Amino acid sequence: MSDRPVSGGAAGPSGAAGPVLDTSAPPSQPARLVEAHRPELLLTEEHSLCPGCGEPLAVRVFLDAISELGLASQAIAVAGIGCYTMFSGTMDVDLVQALHGRAPSVATGVKRMLPDALVFTLQGDGDMVNEGLQEVLHTAARGERVTCILLNNGVFGETGGHMTATSVIGQRTKNTLDGRDAREHGYPILIGDLISRLEGAAYVARGSVHNAGGVARTKRMCRRAFETQAAGEGFSFVEVLTMCPTGWFVPTADGPDELQRTLAEVHVVGELKVDGRIRTTQELHAESLAKQREVEAQLAAGGLHE
Amino acid sequence: MTERVLMEGSEALVRASLLSGCRFFAGYPMTPFTEILEHFAELMPEHGGTCINAESELEAVGMAWGAAATGARAATGSTGQGLSLMQESLSEATLAEVPIVVFNMARSQGDYFQATRGGGHGDYRNLVLAPQDVREGIELVQLAFHLADKWRNPALVYGDYLLAHTQESVAVEPSALPELPAKDWAVDGSRTGSRRSGAVTPLGLGKLGQRDLGQEGKAQYIATKMPLLEREVRVETGFLDDAETVIVAFGSPARFVKHAIARLRAEGHRIGYVRPITLWPFPYDIVRTAAASARAVGSFEISSGQLVDDVRIGAAGLAPVTFIGGVSSDHSGFGVGRLLDVEEVSARILALHEGREQPVVPGYGEFTYQLAEHQEVAAP
Amino acid sequence: MSGDRPNAATVRSRGTVTIATDRCKGCELCIPACPPDVLTMSTEVNRLGFRYPELHPGCTGCGACLLVCPDFVFDVFRFEQPVEHAVAPRGGGR
Repeated sequence: MSDRPVSGGAAGPSGAAGPVLDTSAPPSQPARLVEAHRPELLLTEEHSLCPGCGEPLAVRVFLDAISELGLASQAIAVAGIGCYTMFSGTMDVDLVQALHGRAPSVATGVKRMLPDALVFTLQGDGDMVNEGLQEVLHTAARGERVTCILLNNGVFGETGGHMTATSVIGQRTKNTLDGRDAREHGYPILIGDLISRLEGAAYVARGSVHNAGGVARTKRMCRRAFETQAAGEGFSFVEVLTMCPTGWFVPTADGPDELQRTLAEVHVVGELKVDGRIRTTQELHAESLAKQREVEAQLAAGGLHE
Repeated sequence: MTERVLMEGSEALVRASLLSGCRFFAGYPMTPFTEILEHFAELMPEHGGTCINAESELEAVGMAWGAAATGARAATGSTGQGLSLMQESLSEATLAEVPIVVFNMARSQGDYFQATRGGGHGDYRNLVLAPQDVREGIELVQLAFHLADKWRNPALVYGDYLLAHTQESVAVEPSALPELPAKDWAVDGSRTGSRRSGAVTPLGLGKLGQRDLGQEGKAQYIATKMPLLEREVRVETGFLDDAETVIVAFGSPARFVKHAIARLRAEGHRIGYVRPITLWPFPYDIVRTAAASARAVGSFEISSGQLVDDVRIGAAGLAPVTFIGGVSSDHSGFGVGRLLDVEEVSARILALHEGREQPVVPGYGEFTYQLAEHQEVAAP
Repeated sequence: MSGDRPNAATVRSRGTVTIATDRCKGCELCIPACPPDVLTMSTEVNRLGFRYPELHPGCTGCGACLLVCPDFVFDVFRFEQPVEHAVAPRGGGR
């Protein structure tokens, strides 16, 4: 997919044919708007994040989830420090800015004073799994009725692309230029697995925004997490794998494939804890391999059924 | 509660906090602060508030920050070591204008620099109040909550082991304090989606469509705010009119100093005292006035000499300043040691007043650091 | 795959998009994301210096491009009645 030729004009690659249509204004033919470009709770589309960054996609899904659930008038964000911090100024959400790693405890203080508010944190992997590991674990253990959202791109993006606790083995970063080596740099932490084991954690999920299906699925996870909080069931957690082509040293258009090839192989997408049932990342991995083989077998046998 | 009862300092400070409307506390056990946490844990639920036994001091200050951001009166605390862990947050809470009250039930007076200079980064000040006894503690705790909200700045209560564990006959009564405006800066979710949502943030990053200071503007804003807090200085003085020697001291040790000076006065010695009640802002002007007509100024403190720096600044060279305190603790490292004794204190004050060498504490000599050969520095 | 083709000379679009080309940062994530494959990157650049997506007939209004665009460039519409576009016959264009 990443090496497809691109061209404008009358006939595009592999399927696109016909003239370039005017897309500068809404259609003159009768049509309904299926979806507007900007979430209701985002004040502007402008941001200074890199081309191909996955974080804005994650921001859209949780903001849309809040609007769809009708929880906007009681939502409070607690933001950590990372590239995504610039959204602190552009999310139309009452917000408390926390220091690096501290968001879960700040969120705890907010929620204890305002039990009816929808309180969520927005943190990167460097913020949550490096600096703030004990905070998120204790907040989950205590069953604080807040939702922690982790934007996981396996690097410290804002400082230039350094290794974090979630970087995968073999991943090249500014301080592991030959690739993360287990003997020297240890192993990545699968934070979802640590959290799901804690009794106070009611919903734990891991999504990804590398394709449209992943984005849609991640939004469902965010909705589920917020519903868990609103129902008072306990701590909820959504990890979202995002692309960072800059931090990964890959061309922008290759971000999604790189994510699938590296981060998503280790931090496997799926629901780790729901309705009291815990699945480990290993189990999710085995399930996804089994599903893949099933589809391949069906195709080999002559096509997908149903 | 207007009845006078025998009450331990820790409990009194907690009751005063609750009287101030404090509805959130988070802390981590550490001697001699632990009882503060215990009393909050016991009494907070009766007042409809929350007390969390935080899993670390870092989390405790974070929780208090979050609670305060919603407009509630919130507090945290520890002893000096725990406050060291909180320093990043205490620095940035000033930038975020988050009004938390912080208790330091200190093991010595060697946290003076941490409290007044701030052990954190950047240009910031925390208001610091140092009660001398339980009765004053009840007033100063209420004042701390008031000043924190008035200025939207952290306020520290500098207590100590003696204050925490002494029982005094006190009445926990509300102080008369002026009304403050409503906290319209606080966030509670109600403005989400209104296009005028709020933010409590240490960063200069403002919400789109609202005032955006930028990082430099924010620093300038806070830099011009801090000097305004200096008008909150509070101090107690005694016998200064004709004092030849002036002693400066704060907190529980100041009571020993005052008692010693009262006795020495009765014997005819012209000695006075300055007791800073706010450690920051420090009463430099009062110290200057006292030094102008004195022959000697001394600082008595349980430390190796931190308060003495501010006394020197205040004295502005008008009289020589001498450190007459010292390190002193029991064998657990807590602040009730040899120097906290009226006879010891009296001897030190008199020695200064009579121009003699400071008495040596028996036995301390063996602990004196011995210079090694490689550490010798030749005179220039 | 590329929209209904009742005959070789027209392609049916069930939907369409508006594209804020000035905001596009040329990441190209929308191109492979489009199920009917009706987006291609332009040859010109916008004022930020990036190439941007252009729409061809056959859009279904599914919204996949909107979901994967980090710069919120797309609004997605569905026509009340599908629109037929005339296209050059296949095989002659490339």
